[in-house]
Amino acid sequence: MTTPSARDLPEDTTGDTAVTAAALALGDDALVLSHRLGEWAGNAPVLEEEVALANIALDLLGQARVLLSMAGDEDELAFLREERAFRNLQLVEQPNGDFAHTIARQLFFSAHQYRLYAELAAGDGPFAPLAAKAVKEVDYHRDHAEQWTLRLGDGTEESHTRMQRAVDALWRYTGEMFQPVEGVDVDWTGLETAWLEWTTQVLRRATLAVPDGPRTGAWTAGAGRQGLHTEPFGRMLAEMQHLHRSHPGASW
Amino acid sequence: MVTVTPLEAELLELAGSVPDPELPVLTLRELGVVRAVHARGTDTVEVELTPTYTGCPALEAMSLDIERILREHGVREVTVRTVLAPAWTTDDITEEGRRKLREYGIAPPRARTSSGPVPVELGTTRTRGTPPTEDEPAPVPCPHCGSTETELLSRFSSTACKALRRCLACREPFDHFKEL
Repeated sequence: MTTPSARDLPEDTTGDTAVTAAALALGDDALVLSHRLGEWAGNAPVLEEEVALANIALDLLGQARVLLSMAGDEDELAFLREERAFRNLQLVEQPNGDFAHTIARQLFFSAHQYRLYAELAAGDGPFAPLAAKAVKEVDYHRDHAEQWTLRLGDGTEESHTRMQRAVDALWRYTGEMFQPVEGVDVDWTGLETAWLEWTTQVLRRATLAVPDGPRTGAWTAGAGRQGLHTEPFGRMLAEMQHLHRSHPGASW
Repeated sequence: MVTVTPLEAELLELAGSVPDPELPVLTLRELGVVRAVHARGTDTVEVELTPTYTGCPALEAMSLDIERILREHGVREVTVRTVLAPAWTTDDITEEGRRKLREYGIAPPRARTSSGPVPVELGTTRTRGTPPTEDEPAPVPCPHCGSTETELLSRFSSTACKALRRCLACREPFDHFKEL
């Protein structure tokens, strides 16, 4: 079990700080999104989706455990860091909102994560083994999000309106996904081009408008990689870390 | 090439004989998750175990069961190490394992011809499988009556590795071990 010591970046826990920083960034994305999806347990619109979102959360949690363990002690990193020490994208910390919001977040993130992992899996860097394993899981997540985007976008007037609202609301968080992460050796520009192309065709098939708002630059969000997070993230962390902090060193 | 000693082969057999905690009809060998056993001397052993899914919660139970059975056979120190590469696929499930799954009422994974996603289409109330394509060459036969007329009810089921389907002939729902 853990001792409450690591409150900031564990910069000296491994020899390679670039790999550590990269493992934190990718690990935090998976951990935070996993927690958000877990919040649907008991609240999902239908039983099948309850199970689906919990299973996707479980896949992400497994990925987070591997990645955070590359950066230090997984429990300390998950439960004892302060908000400013988390390196996840602001997109993944956004509240679940309605089901359409959750699906839009899944669509944007899993499409990116899928390509990122595919590229890492093809290389021979430190993330290749995990990426090769996880890319198959993420492929299924992406497919799940795509099917729901089509169903909601091209569904009823109400579902279309809600899906469009979700896509519009989260669009400004998507540019941050392609900020290069030190220690992650991929073609970020190529990833962004492929993401935009794929996402655009899914939205069009779903009869949704591709938002014309900016994804990077002024009036967009995105400094999660630098440790700056949106307001709901602090509340999420408080809930996620409460038990561990209240009972340091506790075990079953 | 590392040669396997008779002791290692014996211990690999033992470790592989542990039943899967979620699907006790299968052994870990039939599931294809025990990769290797390395003996250091006669009483220290390292076992390489690979997860089906990265977040598979059964992994810890598997490790404990392997440690227990090897200790019972006189190995003093057992370390179970998780290995990710090469990534496990459902093609690692043995023929015997597939037969046992079917008898247990779970449709075994079909042999993979590509690593692409399984195409499905959403209806108003449930998901229908699309007609066979290059990516999905074969239907999923019902493990109860053998009919190939089955439909997808839920893309995720009781565990991450399964989907829930229903047979249109005998109307029985069943789990399908998804191809990975």
